[in-house]
Amino acid sequence: MTTDGPVGAPGKDADETAAETAPAATPAAKEPGSDDSFMAHFLHNLWSANTVTVTVLSIVLATIVGAVLIVVSDPDVLHTFSYFTARPSDALTASWDLISGAYADLFKGAIVDPATVSAWADGSGTWRQVFFPISETLTYAAPLAFTGLSVAIAFRGGLFNIGGQGQAVLGTIIAALAGFALPLPPVLHLIAALLAGLIGGAVWGFIPGILKARTGAHEVIVSIMLNYTATLFLGWLILQKGVQQPGRSDAISKTVDGSAQLPSFGGELRANLGIVLAVLATIGVAWLLNRSAFGFELRAVGANSHAARTAGISVAKTYTLLMVVAGGLAGLGGATQVLGTAYALTPQVAGNIGFDGLLVALLGRNRPWGTLGAALLFGALRAGGNRMQSYTGISLELVTVLQALIVIFIAAPALVKAIFRLRAARSARLGASIAKGW
Amino acid sequence: MHPVSTGAARRLRSVLRLQEIPLRLELRGITKRFGDLVANDHIDLTVEPGEVHALLGENGAGKSTLMNQLYGLLQPDEGEIVVDGEARTFRSPRDAIAAGIGMVHQHFMLVPVFTVAENIALGAEKTKAGFLDRRRARREVLEVSERYGLPVDPDALVENLPVGAQQRVEIVKALTRDVDLLILDEPTAVLTPQETEELLAVMRGLCDAGKSIVFITHKLKEVKAIADRITVIRRGRTVGTASPGTAEDELAALMVGRAVTLEVDKTPAEPGREVLTISGLAVADDRGVRAVDDVDLVVRAGEVLGIAGVQGNGQTELVEAVMGLRTPLAGSITVDNEDLIRMSTKQILRSGIGYVPEDRSLDGVVKEFSVAENLVLDQYDRPPYGNAFRLDPAAVDKSARERVEQFDIRTSSPDSAVGTLSGGNQQKVVVAREMSRPLRLFIASQPTRGVDVGSIEFIHGRIVHERDVGTAVLVVSSELDEVVALADRIAVMYRGKILAIVPPDTPREELGLLMAGITDSTRPASDAGDPAAEKGTE
Amino acid sequence: MTPVSTATVENPAEVTPTGRFWNRQRRLGVGVLVIGLLATILFGALAPSKTARFTLSEDAQGAAFSINGKLGAILFGVLAIAAGAVLLAGLLSRYSTAVLSAGILTFVLSFLCWQVAGNFLPLVDTASGTLELAVPLIFGALAGVLGERSGVINVAIEGQFLMGAFGAALVGTMAGSVWAGLFSAAVGGVLIAGILAVLAIRYLVDQTVVGIVLNLLALGVTGFLYERLMQADAQSYNQPPKMPEWKIPGLADIPVVGPVLFDTNLLVWLALILVFVVHFGLTRTRWGLRTRAVGEHPTAADTVGIRVRGLRYLNVLLGGVVAGFGGAYFTLVATGSFNKNMTAGAGFIALAALIFGRWTPFGALGAALFFGFAQKLATYLSAVGSPVPNQFLNMLPYLATIVAVAGLVGRVRAPAADGQPYVKS
Repeated sequence: MTTDGPVGAPGKDADETAAETAPAATPAAKEPGSDDSFMAHFLHNLWSANTVTVTVLSIVLATIVGAVLIVVSDPDVLHTFSYFTARPSDALTASWDLISGAYADLFKGAIVDPATVSAWADGSGTWRQVFFPISETLTYAAPLAFTGLSVAIAFRGGLFNIGGQGQAVLGTIIAALAGFALPLPPVLHLIAALLAGLIGGAVWGFIPGILKARTGAHEVIVSIMLNYTATLFLGWLILQKGVQQPGRSDAISKTVDGSAQLPSFGGELRANLGIVLAVLATIGVAWLLNRSAFGFELRAVGANSHAARTAGISVAKTYTLLMVVAGGLAGLGGATQVLGTAYALTPQVAGNIGFDGLLVALLGRNRPWGTLGAALLFGALRAGGNRMQSYTGISLELVTVLQALIVIFIAAPALVKAIFRLRAARSARLGASIAKGW
Repeated sequence: MHPVSTGAARRLRSVLRLQEIPLRLELRGITKRFGDLVANDHIDLTVEPGEVHALLGENGAGKSTLMNQLYGLLQPDEGEIVVDGEARTFRSPRDAIAAGIGMVHQHFMLVPVFTVAENIALGAEKTKAGFLDRRRARREVLEVSERYGLPVDPDALVENLPVGAQQRVEIVKALTRDVDLLILDEPTAVLTPQETEELLAVMRGLCDAGKSIVFITHKLKEVKAIADRITVIRRGRTVGTASPGTAEDELAALMVGRAVTLEVDKTPAEPGREVLTISGLAVADDRGVRAVDDVDLVVRAGEVLGIAGVQGNGQTELVEAVMGLRTPLAGSITVDNEDLIRMSTKQILRSGIGYVPEDRSLDGVVKEFSVAENLVLDQYDRPPYGNAFRLDPAAVDKSARERVEQFDIRTSSPDSAVGTLSGGNQQKVVVAREMSRPLRLFIASQPTRGVDVGSIEFIHGRIVHERDVGTAVLVVSSELDEVVALADRIAVMYRGKILAIVPPDTPREELGLLMAGITDSTRPASDAGDPAAEKGTE
Repeated sequence: MTPVSTATVENPAEVTPTGRFWNRQRRLGVGVLVIGLLATILFGALAPSKTARFTLSEDAQGAAFSINGKLGAILFGVLAIAAGAVLLAGLLSRYSTAVLSAGILTFVLSFLCWQVAGNFLPLVDTASGTLELAVPLIFGALAGVLGERSGVINVAIEGQFLMGAFGAALVGTMAGSVWAGLFSAAVGGVLIAGILAVLAIRYLVDQTVVGIVLNLLALGVTGFLYERLMQADAQSYNQPPKMPEWKIPGLADIPVVGPVLFDTNLLVWLALILVFVVHFGLTRTRWGLRTRAVGEHPTAADTVGIRVRGLRYLNVLLGGVVAGFGGAYFTLVATGSFNKNMTAGAGFIALAALIFGRWTPFGALGAALFFGFAQKLATYLSAVGSPVPNQFLNMLPYLATIVAVAGLVGRVRAPAADGQPYVKS
């Protein structure tokens, strides 16, 4: 495993030559444009390929591709294109109506629907209806924030935690078991159930961590394999006596006790304590990364494991502990899912939150707050997607497409740069410091 | 397949195949820069048909860079390559091969899991009915190997071959491609004396068969034994041409540079107690080869022991063993009678040992980290910077400001990433870090490699200062100037052994000869017949 | 001529590796011994003393091998112990692979005797079921072989399957031709492969990241179009013609093998033929030699004038075609229509087969058959109401792969440059 920089491994020869050819002084780089006015500087940076610009343009590109998909998958609108040359306005209007309707619903379902605001204002609606979209967004964002943080922190340590899915599944399992099997008083029960989820995920993260540290087995292969192992285990467990919901023959477990459920606003507002915990976890991860000794170690190992080792940091120990922490975070994500919204185990209880967490971390550029922001964006897309599906009839899967496309564009800033002919900038390449090769 | 060429003479030859017409090569004003480093500075070189042209220079003088441009792996920033009177541009090795130029790289370009025949056929495969014609490939290998006296087993797996045999494979590979000029990049670096002898014989044979050879090396003996002409390169520039008749010490002076450019103010050392004691140490390198072999060494408090030697003679492994980064095969390492071998690197660093690793980019700094963070890379979890759980950024920052000041680190802020600093300032960060705590022993490998002159002076001053306060100092450098300037005693390391320990006022020529393995008592061929030498190195 | 003795650097004295007692064979021996003991004691104790019948047909009829379940479980368990003992003793080291296979086989047979006791196992049905489940895995693993042997990691096999399955169903239905469907399956696979190739080779994005994201993209795109088009109008978009079954006269009458191998469809043959083609291609042709060189040591390939990136593009795209065929198998053979996320992780089992099969075509074939058999057995066991949960059998591919990469029983080695983008200096 190498942890090369963005350009991969430069040729050995060039490397040596650069190191060998001794004493040509490198003057410290002059601050670019330090004497320019602020505005000039701002404009210069705006159209250079910095991270913000690339992120925004990636989202724009993804929505454009999404719009094309919407149009080509609608037979009626497609029909108007068959006489495009004769009457182009038909095709354009139909397309525009379709696309704008879909994206408007996406927005209304994710942030706010103006209709509900006016209804509340004139007394025919309730405040709950106004906040429903936001509530949905936060509900979906919470588990994603956890799995995203899990992937992000592992990335920072040079590991690719592709096993977030399996760790989240283990989190749901153990949290749910604790949720309906432990007879505990209210607050304590919830804490115990959350801890159980954390431990479940941590154990599942420990396996690839220790195997990597001890045998060099690539964490990506091991954790991919553990993902499906966890799902199969869940499928088996649900059907066991004592776990399966009594009186049901299908795959569903007992319901988590009320005392172990994450408190929410109730009614249609599903937003629960999970999102608060997610914010706390973000603070925690940010502290861990920047203010803790372990965070220092993992960042050093992630950026340059050779230098870390030379400075006396144990790389093997760091890898193991890091995977435990990452697994614990993903496990908490699973716990939030089952204690906050699902309340019972089903084969699909963890949905796709582990893999989505990967996208979230990439979009958030592996920074804690960036990841939380990305989780909110993905939560919003998901919430809006639900409304889009029921109002416009456009499949929720469009959201998956948009999410994947955004991340593809983010992952290849050079591609976005080429498409928009951006000025080159020292844009941080994504995933540059992560493990390459098996 | 015969490579198509545009050179008139070559075209003629490839059509008529009358006889081998050797190729004439001219490099004019070749210049290559890597960022701010000028690796080759207007180098001119002419290789006459049928000659062995030696390119002599220290490690890092820019020889390999020059040849990589000739072979199409790098493109020159300025200058031209002229083959048989015609200027050529080589965009890739394919072009170079087509022009009749072959190269045997210092790091062999062989696929380890392939057989010899597969490696040789690669890129110029003959097929029969769509399938590889293995029989023909084998036959060609045997033919060429027969014709030039280069025994190779076509069916052996390359990864199982000793380096000497791998090198023969590389040469055969080039010869099957009908090259007329062969570049051999440090070919003897990995060879035993016997193998070297064989190689020189092969080179003579090749010249007799009409090939030209560019022979890159830093070994005077070999140059004198084989070369028709010698070009000496120093720090990216041609510093002279010589004939093989030139005396060895004269060549050594040309190569190493006679003028001592480095002056370090220092008083005579006052050595105290024995701090570092190494005895009977043997260490294996990454390939499992015994790179350090039965080394005994003592460094005393208040002295600088310099280890001189051409890079790759076991210095790296020696130092890494002391630092707990490499487990020795045998021997003991103690500091003030504490056994270091069972200690982790962290414990070693904390027992009062400072370490500047030789490869700054790889092992010395974390480029993405700030100057401040790099300054506490091995102290982050100790007071005042933090404890086992948390860091104290304020303390880290405060200390960083002091160090930046104290060690004259030129950076816009302690929060800038170290990767944005110049090499010299990066190195000052490492030195500052390692000198920021009370030390018993300070070890610096290549302390000024890739460092500007100002920083060199500064770093040297700090090292001498460390000595003066009573620290034992071990400096490893392949820059002879540096060792001479800093050391109170010089140990010359050669093939894993300490060949001699001499005072710093020993004549440079003598040191140069020692670095080349030539001592008064050992010449010639002290280690000929070393039974282990004939075995494989895998 | 005076001898010249200025050679530097390593003293090539070899560091003699201590003759380790616990070599690979002995460690494997212990493993086989343990599972043999497990089989003898546990399976032997649990197996009822009833007859287990292995019929040579698709049902309970016809000729059959019969054995008392308890006796069989113990007998085969003891044989497994014997195999383990042979390995442990260091005997027959030249045939260690064969002894190992025998040990595993007898363990499986012991298990089967226990499970089938008082019942029957139709061998033809088991064999053809195994092959059916294995075929997409073979395609997927071969796609992986093509990419990874040239140095490009492909974890997007799942996505290529989905696009292939979707393309086959959509175009197959619209064109009313199974061949058009097959062709579009290849196009679907190539689409994903193309994005993978461009991002990995040209834009140097981490290949695993791209692969995972592409899986999600394929899941999204096929799911979206499925709901928009196919669910709305399955008749015009999601009823592809089925791949015709061809029976080779004569050969099809061979017991067990005949009906499984010679009374089947083109894709099964294609998969098996491709195993040979890729194997011989890799080992015997110019393309194969260059592919392996590029995957092991791209710089060496470059210095002899091979276009590293170009060859990688070619191989990844070829892999897309092959994985697309694998996807087509789901819709044109197995189920007859597309469904959202219908591959359900098969791409990852194919990845496991690739790794477990040590990045070789025949290894991948063996692993795919093994995994297919495990899945088929899982179905059988749940059908006969076995106490052994089928989920645990389905975990087998994943757990086996973890054991393999962790080096617990001899490590598998990826191509040296797998996953490393090639950047010219």
